[in-house]
Amino acid sequence: MTTAAVDLTRLKTPFYPRLEALDRLHTWHSWKGYRSADAFTNGEIEYFAIRNSAAVFDLSPMTKYRITGNDARIYVDRLVTRDMLNKVGAGRVAYAVWCDDQGQVIDDGTIFHLRDDEYRLCSQEFHLPWLRAAAIGMNVDIREETADYAALALQGPNSYSILKNLGLSGIENLKLFGLRHFDFAGTELMVSRTGFTGDLGYELWIDADKALPLWDALFEAGKLHGIRAIGTHALEQSRIEAGYLAAYVEFLPANETVRTGRTRSPFELGLDWLVDFKKPNFNGRRALAAEKREGSTWRFVKLDIEGNKTASSAYIYADKRAKKNIGFVTSATWSPVCKKNIALGTVRMPHGKVGETVYVEVYYQREMHWSRMMAKAEVVSKPFWDPPRRRATPPGLF
Amino acid sequence: MSDRYDAIIVGAGHNGMICGALLAKAGKQVLILEAAMQVGGAAVTREFAAGYSVSACAHLLYQLQPQVLKDLNLNLDYAADDIAAIALSTTGDHLRIRGNHTEGLSEDDAVELRSFHARMTRYANLLNKYLNKAPPRLGVRNRRDLTTLAQLGFDVRKLGRKDMREFLRLIGMNIFDELEERFDNPLLKGALAVDAVMGTHLGPRSPTTILTYLYRLAGNQGRVAQMAGGMSTLSESLAKVARDNGATIRTNMAVKRVVVENGRATGVETEKGEVFSSRVVVSNADPKSTIMDLVNPRHVETGFTRRVHNIRMRGNAAKLHLALDGLPTIKGLDKKSFADRMIIAPDINYVERAFNPAKYGATSPHPVMEVTFPSLRDATLAPTGKHVLSAIVQYAPYNLKEGWDDAARDAFKQTAIDTITTYAPDLPERINDSELLTPADIESEFRITGGHWHHGELTLDQFMFVRPVAGAAQYEMPLEGLFLCGAGSHPGGGLNGAAGRNAAIAILRREKAA
Repeated sequence: MTTAAVDLTRLKTPFYPRLEALDRLHTWHSWKGYRSADAFTNGEIEYFAIRNSAAVFDLSPMTKYRITGNDARIYVDRLVTRDMLNKVGAGRVAYAVWCDDQGQVIDDGTIFHLRDDEYRLCSQEFHLPWLRAAAIGMNVDIREETADYAALALQGPNSYSILKNLGLSGIENLKLFGLRHFDFAGTELMVSRTGFTGDLGYELWIDADKALPLWDALFEAGKLHGIRAIGTHALEQSRIEAGYLAAYVEFLPANETVRTGRTRSPFELGLDWLVDFKKPNFNGRRALAAEKREGSTWRFVKLDIEGNKTASSAYIYADKRAKKNIGFVTSATWSPVCKKNIALGTVRMPHGKVGETVYVEVYYQREMHWSRMMAKAEVVSKPFWDPPRRRATPPGLF
Repeated sequence: MSDRYDAIIVGAGHNGMICGALLAKAGKQVLILEAAMQVGGAAVTREFAAGYSVSACAHLLYQLQPQVLKDLNLNLDYAADDIAAIALSTTGDHLRIRGNHTEGLSEDDAVELRSFHARMTRYANLLNKYLNKAPPRLGVRNRRDLTTLAQLGFDVRKLGRKDMREFLRLIGMNIFDELEERFDNPLLKGALAVDAVMGTHLGPRSPTTILTYLYRLAGNQGRVAQMAGGMSTLSESLAKVARDNGATIRTNMAVKRVVVENGRATGVETEKGEVFSSRVVVSNADPKSTIMDLVNPRHVETGFTRRVHNIRMRGNAAKLHLALDGLPTIKGLDKKSFADRMIIAPDINYVERAFNPAKYGATSPHPVMEVTFPSLRDATLAPTGKHVLSAIVQYAPYNLKEGWDDAARDAFKQTAIDTITTYAPDLPERINDSELLTPADIESEFRITGGHWHHGELTLDQFMFVRPVAGAAQYEMPLEGLFLCGAGSHPGGGLNGAAGRNAAIAILRREKAA
């Protein structure tokens, strides 16, 4: 009897011909139905491209929505918890979370204020039903444009030099979380100074049919700067170093969660700075105000763990004897650039204050046999990796 | 800019005036704004032909809560307070039903009816207890909510093991199955089914039509009354009580929007541009127009907006008014019986068949009707010796496929007249003048979204804890300072008054807590 293999990666991004040519490992996975590589040659080498030279990541499968219309500003402002009316003008990008009426996070993402009354919202998950519901009674048009635009992340210390080589004049003035439109071969190329690595980096957005010329020009411009295509393995390592959240890892989208108590509020994800109670109304405001008064249940923690055994899926305890279970690790990795054993996790309040010592139950395997250790860990406040070059404007040339 | 009121009530429907009167009675400064020239909303008498008047929308009173009248020290002048139903038969063998008492039934059916009526009355009494209080919030630790919830559980349990099971079995069920199981007489089944589906977008085979039947019964034990002078008498009495208590009522003042400042309802602006400010705004309008038109969704949250947007409220009942030279003749019916309400639903499948086209946006070729001759008990409604016919005609869907225009209205009016003529052959020659109000007309004349009397379908998914929507069933809307007091909130529609009273209690309690 034969079992037909189900191809979960039936869609190909506009860059696929180039990705396929570079691929040596054949380890593809499905990213919302698109073929996406774990790695092309070697995950470690690709990771070091992010930190030491320049890495190119195909983020075309990222879910993209275009929001236009007279009420677009009001719409976006009500949708997310942060102030979009006064603080995110045209030409700016905002990292944001959006909540349901109970103040529980549906997803996080980036919102690009492309022009007056025109936004692009990018997220990991699909949200059309929610975005449409949020548009009831407003003069806005919501359109999914995931397949219409190809997108590349160019990340790493050399990324600015490469864009300079590409001939994007004025790129030197682009600040962190800024965006700018350029002309590329007669097409509009949007460049934003954003990324998922916590390093100096940019994201490039272009019409899907101009994807390959952009790729080729970029690699030509970067050939002396160590430009390298990377897969999700390297990206994942760097996003944990940057302390960024991933949907379905650090939190579950509230509208897809069945059990009560399994969702997280922005406060429970360490995103207090994104919640602006000066706004008279936004989705989740009433519930979040109550949570602010009455206290949260969970706390998001960044852990600096002793030793070098990755603490994946580990329980977190208040004490070394593992009597009091206070939470669990959601993401963990060895950080080559920091030379640290790091993790992100979720613990019950009031545990997990910055500076507190907790214990992480790490299981590891050596030549088939399993061992267990209670590793001491410190709760830290800052991202593990946040170099000054990330926000230096103009960035340094290499 | 005028003085600041304690409460502004948008709409002088019966619930709005009851709420306003109770708030004023508690010493609050109350302003009630009504868009129409006269108070009453859907409870009004108006002249539809020279010399002929009629209760223009609601024509019978079957649910007005005694508790409301008591709180307001109100004594109403009824033309009749226990009207019987007559299930019309083409052969003249009509059935007369008043409560559990009927004339013309077989012994078996009569016994079954008594047992059916007794059981339904027990359930209706249980329901009645909860009409007059705010439904408990679920999942909160508030003591009042928990007590009410525990009380509800206890009351259901108190029915006894057998009755409780039966209650839980029936509550979500359709009335068709229950009636078919119990009764033989087609007229009886038809007439009981009509009571369950009157004013709804439901047929007897639709789920939860037992609930709608119970709801009707719960109001006042199924007693049906007629106001002397038509419904305006009720509305004028309520207006008088409200004014006597110190409330100000201003008609011809359509509210354009609720003013929201800094996340709070702070007053209203009228169509004429006048702004009135107040500590709370209480809307007697239906929940959809309150949130979508008066407030604007941008001031409330998305989940709530979506729920309100999805409230089912497609009206399906038309209203027929005929000005008659004299009473028509109906075979086997004496003149006295014209004072009762006549039901045209010869059997229960007739009712379901009448509903069928409505599902697809067409009117019933053979509609179900509730026909009354109010002038028989109330001479003020027609010139001496002449009569008025007032009938509810179902089904006439709000979303008529080809849209409601004059032609569609005239066609359905003719269908309705023809249907009565089957029983009263000389009716056409008695008609002086006529009028049919479609759900679209009811929407525009009485300002009810979808022309739905109940301000939202009365089904289990829009009932009690989830009326108008989940998380907003306690009259207080998720916008500070905004309350609902109309039929769209618990317990619902019909001329009931409980929503207005419950809302007033909720507002006063909220003020006390603040």
